[in-house]
Amino acid sequence: MKPRSLHLLPGLMMMLVLALPVRAAIEVLEFNSPQVEKDYYTLIDELRCLVCQNQNLKDSNADLAKDLRRQTYEMLQQGKSKQEVVDYMVARYGDFVLYRPPLKTNTLLLWSGPFLLLMVVLFLVVRRIRRNRSVEPPEPRTLEQARHLLNDDEQKTT
Amino acid sequence: MRFLLPVVIFVLLAGLLGWGLTRDPKEVPSPLIGKPAPAFTAPTLFEPEKRFSASDYLGKVWILNVWASWCVACRAEHEFITQLARMQLVPVVGLDYKDKPEDGRAWLRQLGNPYTVVPTDENGRIGIDWGVYGVPETFIIDKQGMIAYKHIGPVNADSLRDIIVPKIKELL
Repeated sequence: MKPRSLHLLPGLMMMLVLALPVRAAIEVLEFNSPQVEKDYYTLIDELRCLVCQNQNLKDSNADLAKDLRRQTYEMLQQGKSKQEVVDYMVARYGDFVLYRPPLKTNTLLLWSGPFLLLMVVLFLVVRRIRRNRSVEPPEPRTLEQARHLLNDDEQKTT
Repeated sequence: MRFLLPVVIFVLLAGLLGWGLTRDPKEVPSPLIGKPAPAFTAPTLFEPEKRFSASDYLGKVWILNVWASWCVACRAEHEFITQLARMQLVPVVGLDYKDKPEDGRAWLRQLGNPYTVVPTDENGRIGIDWGVYGVPETFIIDKQGMIAYKHIGPVNADSLRDIIVPKIKELL
C-alpha cells in the first residue's frame, strides 16, 4: 500500500502547481485599514449582481459585478462609510441591489409573510389537537374492560 | 364544501404564478426616473480630443442609447435607433459602453452611424453612474435635464412607435 501512495505524490504535486494560476486570478486588494477591509467584504456579500440576479457581487464573475466591486472598493478607500456606498448603489439600481431588502410598506408582506404563515399553521395545529381531545369519553363498559386487563397484567408481573 | 378549499387554493396559486410568468424578472425598475441625469464628460469615439458633456444638452430633450460592439442585442436594435435618428426629433447620443474604441468604430462603420455624437465609456464608470446593468439601454432626458424614461433591452418597432416616440413628443 505504501509504495502505491508514493506513486501518487508527483501527480498530486503537479495538480497543485497547475492550480496556482487559478489562485492568482482572485483579485488582490490592499486596504487602508482592517475596518475598510471588513466593510468591503460585508458589502460585496450583501449587494446583488444585477446581471446574474441570484448571485452577490462576491460570487459573481460578471463584468458588471467586477465594476461594482471596484466602485465599492474605491468609495470605501476614499473614506466613504458603508451606508454611503449602499445609498449610492440604491440611488442607481434601486432596493433590488440589496440582498437584505429594507422594511418599507411595499416589502411589509415580504418580511411578515413567513411569520403570518407560521401563525396560520399554528392556529390550524392547535385547532386540530383541541378537536381530537374533545373526542367522547369511552363507554363505561369498555373502560371497565380496560381496567380489568390492566389489573390482570399487573398481577402477572408481580 | 370542504373539498373545494384545495381547489380554490390551487386556482389562486396557479393564477398568481401564471401572472408571474408574464413578467420579465430581468427588468429592474430604475430609481433614476424623475431624477437629474448624472453628469459626465467623456472623449468621443471618432474625435477623442473632442469631449462630450451631458450638460451640453441642458434645455433640450435628448436620447442616451447605451450600446457596445460586443452586445448582440444592440445589433438587433440598431435598425430602430437609426429610424429614430432619421426622424430628427431629438439628438440621439450613443454611449459606447465598455468597448475598445477601434471595435466601436468598426461596428459603426459596418452598420452605419445613426448617432449625433458618440461618447465613450471604456471602463464602465459612466454606466454605473447611470445605473446601467445590461446593454442596450435607452434613456430619454427632458429639457430640465431629468431622466424621463428608461427602456431596458433592445428597442424594437413596437416599443419605438408605442412608447419612445410618444414619450419624446410629450416632452418636446
